[in-house]
Amino acid sequence: MSGPLNDVRVLDLTQHIAGPYATKLFADFGADVIKIERPGGDPSRRLGPYKGGEPHPEKSGTFFYFNTNKRSVALDLKEERGREAFWRLLERADMVVESFRPGVMESLGLGWDEIHARRPDVPLVSITNFGQESPYRDYKGSDLVLYAFAGEMFSTGLLEREPVKMYGTAALVQSGSAAATAMMGALMAGRYQGVGQQVDFSIADSHLVGVDRRHATVIGYQYSGRKSLRSPGAAVGMLNGVFPCQDGWVDLQGGGARFSNAREFLGYPEWMEDEKWDDPAIQMNPEAVEEFNAFFYVWLLEHTKREIWEAARKVRFLCGPLFTIDEVFDDPNFRARGFWEMADHEELGEVEIPGRPFLMSETPWELRRPAPLLGEHTAEVLGEAGYDAGAINELAAAGVAEVR
Amino acid sequence: MAKQPLEGIRILDLGGVWAGTFSTVLLADLGAEVLKQENQFVWQPSTRAVPGPRIPPAMAQAGPGWVTGLPNNDPGESPWNYHPMFVSLYRNKRSFTLDIRQPEGKAILGRLAAMSDAVLENSAVGTMEKLGISYEWLREQREDIIFLRAPGYGITGEYASARTMGAHLEGTMGHQILRGYLGGDPNSNSGIFAADYIAAAQIALAIMMAIWHRNNTGKGQFIEMAQAENAAAMFAQAYMNYSFNGEVDHAIGNRSIYADDGQAPCGVYPCLSPGGSETGDDRWIAITVTSDATWEALRTVMGDPEWAQDPELATGAGRAASQDLLDEKLAEWTADFEDEDLFARLQAAGVAAAPVLEASRVLDDPHVQARNLYVPQELQDDIGVHRYPRPIYDFPESEGGIRRPPVAFGQDNDYVYRELLGVSDEEYARLEAEGHIATAFSETL
Repeated sequence: MSGPLNDVRVLDLTQHIAGPYATKLFADFGADVIKIERPGGDPSRRLGPYKGGEPHPEKSGTFFYFNTNKRSVALDLKEERGREAFWRLLERADMVVESFRPGVMESLGLGWDEIHARRPDVPLVSITNFGQESPYRDYKGSDLVLYAFAGEMFSTGLLEREPVKMYGTAALVQSGSAAATAMMGALMAGRYQGVGQQVDFSIADSHLVGVDRRHATVIGYQYSGRKSLRSPGAAVGMLNGVFPCQDGWVDLQGGGARFSNAREFLGYPEWMEDEKWDDPAIQMNPEAVEEFNAFFYVWLLEHTKREIWEAARKVRFLCGPLFTIDEVFDDPNFRARGFWEMADHEELGEVEIPGRPFLMSETPWELRRPAPLLGEHTAEVLGEAGYDAGAINELAAAGVAEVR
Repeated sequence: MAKQPLEGIRILDLGGVWAGTFSTVLLADLGAEVLKQENQFVWQPSTRAVPGPRIPPAMAQAGPGWVTGLPNNDPGESPWNYHPMFVSLYRNKRSFTLDIRQPEGKAILGRLAAMSDAVLENSAVGTMEKLGISYEWLREQREDIIFLRAPGYGITGEYASARTMGAHLEGTMGHQILRGYLGGDPNSNSGIFAADYIAAAQIALAIMMAIWHRNNTGKGQFIEMAQAENAAAMFAQAYMNYSFNGEVDHAIGNRSIYADDGQAPCGVYPCLSPGGSETGDDRWIAITVTSDATWEALRTVMGDPEWAQDPELATGAGRAASQDLLDEKLAEWTADFEDEDLFARLQAAGVAAAPVLEASRVLDDPHVQARNLYVPQELQDDIGVHRYPRPIYDFPESEGGIRRPPVAFGQDNDYVYRELLGVSDEEYARLEAEGHIATAFSETL
């Protein structure tokens, strides 16, 4: 068995995070994703974490994760012969995806009109910060800047402090996931209808109208005239909130209507025998909350986050332990489910990475190869496109292609 | 114009909350006919409104706009048709009601499944089991059907029974420890729901991939998404750092995880503000220096103050080691400017920067306007004209856009029962009397 997209070939000119994540989803589900890298490679090869800590273009964890299952062709598209190779590869491709700044494809001579003239059925998905047409089209972005402008950052954090973002590049990964749906739609229009088209995917737009809660605050303000502010402090109610426990923290939502299960959750403690705890309204009484918490915090500190979560599962409370990364990695449930995958890499040896994003019964996710070395597949891919060994050597000697 | 890529595809939507609800708007935007099944007797939490179908008028008068901000501050008769958290996720869909707990309801669901290409659900494990809806049962209705289930932790394993929202499973996957203020405790984190949305996008993707495969081979399939596993991609660098080096990362606020690679300073800094944070009038600018060259550009915009001339700061490593100083000095500098002014100046110099945009400013933003991201529409119930989001992307050669405004509860009962199922007037009246057909949630809820 192999992935659902095993009859799809993608020319991938994306770099950094969002675009490569979108094309990784395609590659991991069987597509032949040919990653065309500029001389020196995708700039994300220069982003950590690095194996051993020392910067090295073949040891980047960012590049490794976001580029599994792709083949790397190192090609200088600023050179006439590099472009010629691109056109030869296009003859055998089903779609092109790029994430250059608007106008760069045109300045390389690889603009939409050129692509469309050669292959009217092939779509081009262009992933940019602000889109092809916008007053901000040339503006620079980063995960922080795009999330600040387009995502729901303003209301995240504490009232008396600055707004605070999500982890790392989470916002860009959300956008990359949405971009993959644009790729899939464009691919279908190309294959089924012979319609090639350029899809203008803006990372900012994906947050402004879609991949997270920004739409809700925009609508909420229009409806009510009320803004969505940051919180004055930790929101903690009876059994509701993020609580410290023996070995860390748990996120618990056991109050409200479910409070009736609190006795069982806490193991039927003596102090809860009083009938007053049967009244759901007691959760609104500050004195009772204080009394409850005096016992509850002691209980929390006597239990680990795993114990608390187990108890919560039994009574169907919403709950999540705040695992640290080592705890997630070593967690027996995800191990038993086969979530982690071992990749074997020429420079790095065996590397364990997060595996499938979902399980498909007929066309499973598959780690066929680790992230490619720069230019690892230049000769192989150009060979498939009809270049003979002599021609490939010539391109390499002229610095147009990098061959490993 | 070509027809839409998913035109002719029918999705039977048993999903809820954000993950299920946002996934099918993506499919609907691409042309699929999404039939959202609803039930007047079953309140799906966080799917059409919070906390329940009847929202006390007092609740609509206060609280954050995105949670309690109902039109004209009035819950009206049917707040579930225009709750700010969810209304944007119902465009281009059809809604019908059916009590699938009743045997006849389940039989009708089976007939609809037979006409559908894919079925999806994202309830806690147990819900579908109780209803007797399984891949096997659906295949009896239609051999090549695609069925996707997306519970929080998947359908196997010791956590499968856990009840969870996206916020909790993000905690399990490490996000609560990885995000938030530098040195802060996780109990100061705001609740966020990033996992719901990434799962949604990938539910849509998975279904399209399965359709692709079915079109190639004639075979449907079963898809299982554990939303927790799906969320992992958002924290990939932290996992890779542990996998590579055994290092356990923690929250660093707004700083870049790539500080050592030259991405410093990176932060959110105060600007001239028309008011305080308690009224949402505080203004901030987000700035990321992405390279030595953009550091030089930032120096120029700042007028090259003496402190910035320190040769240590010219290198990524030097800036990474001086982030406390950089944050302090930048905050002093930005405090004298309007955020929009700095936005323009910094971007003109090639420095990544933008205001931390408060939601009330979104509709006036030139980018939002130029791209027509929010489109005026009138919904049912006479609530007035408001601007609702359009699809994330357009296909210039295919039809698309907003075909139908956000659908009201049960709005397409006629279409589903009469047109698709061919139910007679008499039958329709009976199904209505038996509780299947409704346009409002039951008073018993």
